[in-house]
Amino acid sequence: MHFASFEFILFLIILVVLYYLIPRKWQWVLLLAASYVFYSFAGVGNFAYILITTITTWLVAIKMDKMRQHQSDYLARMKKEMSREDRKAYKAEIKARQRKWLIACLVVNFGILAVLKYAGYFQISSSLGLVLPLGISFYTFQSMGYLIDVYRGTYESEKNLAKLALFISFFPQLIQGPISRFNQLKETLFAEHTFDSKNISYGLMRILWGFFKKLVIADRLFYAVSTIISSPNEYQGAYILAGMFFYAIELYADFTGGIDIAIGSAQLLGIRLNENFQLPYFSKSIAEYWRRWHITLGTWFKDYLFYPISVSKTMLNLSKKARKTLGDGVAKRLPIYIASIIVWFTTGVWHGSSWNFIVWGLMNCFVILVSQECVPLYNKFHERFPEAGRTGWYRLFQVVRTFWLMSFIRTLDLYPQVGTTFRLYASVFTVWNLPELFQGGLMQLGLTGADYIVLAAAVGLMLFVSLKSRSESFLEKVSSRPIVVRYATYFAIFVFILIFGAYGIGYDSNQFIYSRF
Amino acid sequence: METLLEILEELHPDVDFENCETLIDDKILDSFDIVTLVGEISDEFDITIPVEEIVPKNFNSAKALYALIERLIEEE
Repeated sequence: MHFASFEFILFLIILVVLYYLIPRKWQWVLLLAASYVFYSFAGVGNFAYILITTITTWLVAIKMDKMRQHQSDYLARMKKEMSREDRKAYKAEIKARQRKWLIACLVVNFGILAVLKYAGYFQISSSLGLVLPLGISFYTFQSMGYLIDVYRGTYESEKNLAKLALFISFFPQLIQGPISRFNQLKETLFAEHTFDSKNISYGLMRILWGFFKKLVIADRLFYAVSTIISSPNEYQGAYILAGMFFYAIELYADFTGGIDIAIGSAQLLGIRLNENFQLPYFSKSIAEYWRRWHITLGTWFKDYLFYPISVSKTMLNLSKKARKTLGDGVAKRLPIYIASIIVWFTTGVWHGSSWNFIVWGLMNCFVILVSQECVPLYNKFHERFPEAGRTGWYRLFQVVRTFWLMSFIRTLDLYPQVGTTFRLYASVFTVWNLPELFQGGLMQLGLTGADYIVLAAAVGLMLFVSLKSRSESFLEKVSSRPIVVRYATYFAIFVFILIFGAYGIGYDSNQFIYSRF
Repeated sequence: METLLEILEELHPDVDFENCETLIDDKILDSFDIVTLVGEISDEFDITIPVEEIVPKNFNSAKALYALIERLIEEE
């Protein structure tokens, strides 16, 4: 079931009504049933995979917890008999046993993800009848994050299988995130919720805003972007710049719109999901951009892959050895470089099984590491021109530079052949067709003059709301206004979607871009 | 504490590490800084900082970080 569909709206209305009618202690059970109904729309055959993940995660987390419990009981009992060294050795032995269970479960679950995701690359998916189950990348990451946290002792395992099943399958976040942490989500997911009109109005507004971004902006720009990428020989030079610009807006509107609908749907039920974006296009560097775009995936990679690699004993020993032979500079950089390359390679692979995503990941890594190396240079510049760095113009330059740098890198998403993308990069500097683009070219991309006017107004509104949300949520601001202003704003957005949204009976809104990852 | 402050100041000479309590929350230390820091601390204090200890509450201030180091020395 697609978020931007009539079925989803109907599903949500029925769920919210039932949710506040039934006894509150059963609310979370209803959510589990609803999540499974939602999931069944994508094909009942997919259930096997999510059930394997749920059951293996549940069993192994409990097993690791029991080992920890056994360890503390044993150590308390043997306090007098055991020396410091004995205790240390015993703890290490238990940790090693826990690690075996953890690794087995990680291998099974990431193994399923890898086989299903990359079977297409090795052209065996069709012969085996394998189909990528809905949301598998997201729920696998979420459940494995939970498992690693239990292994680390960050919190205790969930003993109730049904509750863990809900955490893994909670429908708003199933398709494209945000990726939640168990200890944060459980606070509201299993709690009893009374009807709160604020949650309903905020939730509805957030969903409406998501639909606006998806149906008015993303689904409209989709045509222009598809036209440009459909013919790399015809559309080059300025068309590629236009494509990069359109795709930046389309992807932002599509992904943040989907997340708005997810967060808004959860809020209708009184449940709080983590924010996934923090105005990424206002970032002043690529590293900052990645701290503000798809935040929950970025922090997942940082906590469960980057740190474990970069501060591991092996890495620290390697760094020590490097210090003796290659010097201090190399020793310091080694853990960061190796961990970054692995993380970005994995991020690329996570996005897709083709080479363009791997090159995309490594290009991000390259730019971040080069920027890091340039820090002393920037510092010298700021020392020499202390005033220049503080001006609004300099910040604007940094924001525009980051936006375009990301737009160039992001083009790798669009063309499956890496060579094509690089050829088109070159065309930006060699094919001079800017006048052609503005003398009718833009009108050949599947959008009319009216579409561009609607887009300009809608993107302008999105930009305005983004700028207004920098200090506090725009919803909070609107809510503090008189009732007339409040409802006029809601109504205006609703009418805008109604008139200018790409929808209708028989219209199938495009699938959200991130749902294919 | 002196040694720790020296390590921190070498990393970011412009930050008041003695008083700042939001090193992570205000994004003063990024993940690259944390890795460098963990390496230097491991060398200097001869301890291992396990990955589960890399959480904001342990790295938000020099004081918190020092408390972590003392705890790890105690446990070694």
